[in-house]
Amino acid sequence: MSYFRAENLSLHFGGLKAVDAVSFAVEQGEILSIIGPNGAGKSSIFNLISRIYRPTSGRIFFEDRDITEEPPYDIARLGIARTFQNIELFENATVLSNLLVGRHRHSATQLWQELLFLPSVRAGEKVHRRRVEQVIEFLDLEPYRDKLISGLPYGVRKVIELARALCSEPRLILLDEPSSGLNVEETDDMSFWIRDMKSELGITVLMVEHDMSLVNRVSDRVIALNYGRVLAMGTPAEVQQHPDVVAAYLGA
Amino acid sequence: MRFLFKTDYEDDIRLFPHSGYVVSYGLLLAVLLIAPYLLSSYLMSQLVFVCIYATVGVALLILTGFTGQASLGHAAFLAIGAYTAAYLQKYNVPFPVYFLAAGLLTGCIGALVGFPALRLQGIYLVIATISFAFIVEEILARWESVTNGNEGLRVKALSLLGVTVSRDSPTFYFLCLAVLVLTIVGTLNLLRSPTGRAFVAIRDSETAARSMGVNVALYKVKSFAISAAITGFAGVLFAHKLSFISPEMFTLQLSIEFIIVILIGGTFSLHGAVLGAIFIVMIDPFLTYLKDDLPGIIAGVAATFGAGSATAGNIQSKVAAFASLNGLKGAIYGIIIMLFVLFEPLGIYGRWLKIKLFFQLFPLYKRSTFKRQKIYVKSERNR
Amino acid sequence: MLDFVQQLVSGVALGCVYGLIALGFVLVYKATEVVNFAQGDLMMLGGFFAFTFIGMMGLNYWIGFAGAVAAMALFGMLAERIVVRPILGYPQFSIIMATIGLGYFLRSVAGMIWGTDDFKIETPFSQGVLRVGSLVLAHDKLSVIAATVILCTLLWLFFNKTTLGTAMRASSENMLAAYYMGIPVKRVVSIVWAISAAVATCAGVLLAPITFIHSNVGLVLGLKAFPAAVLGGFGSIPGAVVGGVLIGVIESMAGFYLAEGWKDVAPYIVLLAVLLLKPEGLFGLHARKKV
Repeated sequence: MSYFRAENLSLHFGGLKAVDAVSFAVEQGEILSIIGPNGAGKSSIFNLISRIYRPTSGRIFFEDRDITEEPPYDIARLGIARTFQNIELFENATVLSNLLVGRHRHSATQLWQELLFLPSVRAGEKVHRRRVEQVIEFLDLEPYRDKLISGLPYGVRKVIELARALCSEPRLILLDEPSSGLNVEETDDMSFWIRDMKSELGITVLMVEHDMSLVNRVSDRVIALNYGRVLAMGTPAEVQQHPDVVAAYLGA
Repeated sequence: MRFLFKTDYEDDIRLFPHSGYVVSYGLLLAVLLIAPYLLSSYLMSQLVFVCIYATVGVALLILTGFTGQASLGHAAFLAIGAYTAAYLQKYNVPFPVYFLAAGLLTGCIGALVGFPALRLQGIYLVIATISFAFIVEEILARWESVTNGNEGLRVKALSLLGVTVSRDSPTFYFLCLAVLVLTIVGTLNLLRSPTGRAFVAIRDSETAARSMGVNVALYKVKSFAISAAITGFAGVLFAHKLSFISPEMFTLQLSIEFIIVILIGGTFSLHGAVLGAIFIVMIDPFLTYLKDDLPGIIAGVAATFGAGSATAGNIQSKVAAFASLNGLKGAIYGIIIMLFVLFEPLGIYGRWLKIKLFFQLFPLYKRSTFKRQKIYVKSERNR
Repeated sequence: MLDFVQQLVSGVALGCVYGLIALGFVLVYKATEVVNFAQGDLMMLGGFFAFTFIGMMGLNYWIGFAGAVAAMALFGMLAERIVVRPILGYPQFSIIMATIGLGYFLRSVAGMIWGTDDFKIETPFSQGVLRVGSLVLAHDKLSVIAATVILCTLLWLFFNKTTLGTAMRASSENMLAAYYMGIPVKRVVSIVWAISAAVATCAGVLLAPITFIHSNVGLVLGLKAFPAAVLGGFGSIPGAVVGGVLIGVIESMAGFYLAEGWKDVAPYIVLLAVLLLKPEGLFGLHARKKV
């Protein structure tokens, strides 16, 4: 059995088939990239996995468990975290509290305990804080700890999104275009972090990406999509030489 | 300028970031505790209203300021709290019991309102809460066996541990102050724990909150329930303070006043609720003062600038006529709201922070520090 | 049966007034995403202007009507320029508060100028009735319905057939993009406010024979028109009118057939029920953010 599996996943908006019977599997500990032209259905697949959309048909399995019908907030609880293409941070909060929201799935305190801020809540907060600090160190975010998101540059926000996802200690992470809007150095950093996530933290990575150099550097396998269908699957080199993929990109 | 060097995770958790806060809030509390022995009975009475309004303000801040769910129906929650107290009091239920019962009942009703509110956004939520408030108002007017309809209900002075506490006594003031302080501390506790952060997360991006494992629906309902329960507690005090309640006290006008409390105070910090409450409650005595004394003062000023006694008297009567015009209060209200939204969107507390920063950074302060970015593209229609 | 039709007609007439105010809400909302809580007060002010021209200065009804509409259109632009334009792009909540403030101000000032008494405008349709069989329909009610139909048709044509209308629809979709495409967004917004104030005035003048004009009429009716707009989906021009008519009919039926007290709450109960089933109103589009 694969670690994560999508079977015949489809998403139709009226007549438009955004995702059309897509099946793929992710093995534990690998980095799998999904590539494809704009509108190929890459982000839609992510939105299906994180249950922002409800699939028209098909099933999703994670760690041998059918998660197709799980409510959206339970996806994170199962150990799947994600980032967003257009950055969805909590704008009017500090970096620290953004990251602490990432810890939400690990908090076990009750409302009445929190109102009184009992020692158990305080102890929990310290654990969260320590974990967050580890992520801050991993991603070099120390200078920004107490800054408000609304004042930070785009590149930093992108990293904070990644950090927030990591704070939830996921086993599978979905990265939606991690390098979009980043400059060359920031993209380099990102590629190191993605590889470190796999090797040091043991996180399985599923990522949507346009930047082929990043894809080539980090991916173990690549899936190419077009018009909601899988064109090719394999190592980065294999997929890039696949005639259908070349045709889709060059428009021939 | 003070730099905080954090050496412990506690530094981020504790309520007072440094000793300066302990000193200044301690002083404030001391002043508030000796206030009954210094102020006139009229000002004391206003101070009690400040406490009650500030409590509601904090409740509204939890819902609107931190969770991002607008409500124009808080007068209804206040009414439910007040009427529960008045009704139970008739059956000789002791104060602590009906105080808690009022909060509990209002909290449950708040949760019930929260459920339909789950699917509603922005303007739809505003209208839903207005509708809810109208329906409550009408029920209060019609359910005569319980509420005595439009005749209203008398509320006896509360008795605590066998002692009767009159609504003008310092004890009653201390009670209101205690409720306010407990509410503020509880809210601060909430804000530094996972629930409070989930609220803020929902306000800023529901999608992201959901993908981080926040059960958005549950937390919205929680936010509604907490906010309503606090307002219910405030309602009990409100009923006792007024000693008489009737449906026309809990109109949309009151809900709008509560919104003004947090808008003028500042929606991003609990300070705002208190400052806004002071503002809203004190505007009445201030306007009365203007009405009574301003004409004389203006005439006096005119006289010192060489106007004849006849002209000065003329000016005085004209100003007096203007000041006693019907509806002047409403116009001033309106102007104040507009001026705040236009020029001081961060409220009184925001202004205070700016002044503080100005002196801390002097002479390096720049206005753009607090400049808000306008968003023309981001539509609130799609969330 | 006769009673029913009678109630239906007066409900529709009242609903048309709600619909016209709701139309103002929707126009402004569509163009600028501003919910103008002062819309009812603009209507009140329009009614008072008309009263001043017709009742106090003794002008001909139609001239007074036109004068009031023109004056209010200017006033709408002024209000937009002073209160709304500086805060466009701020969170919706701030803007709502600003318009609530504007409403307070207008109500009080109208109270100061015209007093707090009730006023009536004499209209050409104040007296007459139309008899269809044993059915008696008052001209004032029919005139409201007719005027609403005419106004809606004009507005529909304006929005769908003229360049200015297209520009308005464009800037309502995306202000920044419209600006980049060369649409003078500020002027467009200003015109939208003028139109919505003018429509409000029509509502105010048409209302005058049905109810009296007083300084609080805007608040009272605005709070009925608001559910109407929401019921119709708050972005749909036909929706606003349909919503208004629905609210009007529900109100008049509840007032006639149900016990006392239902009349005022029935529209809100229906509204809550509709919002529960269809959170985006009857004609609203369900849009969601792309992530």
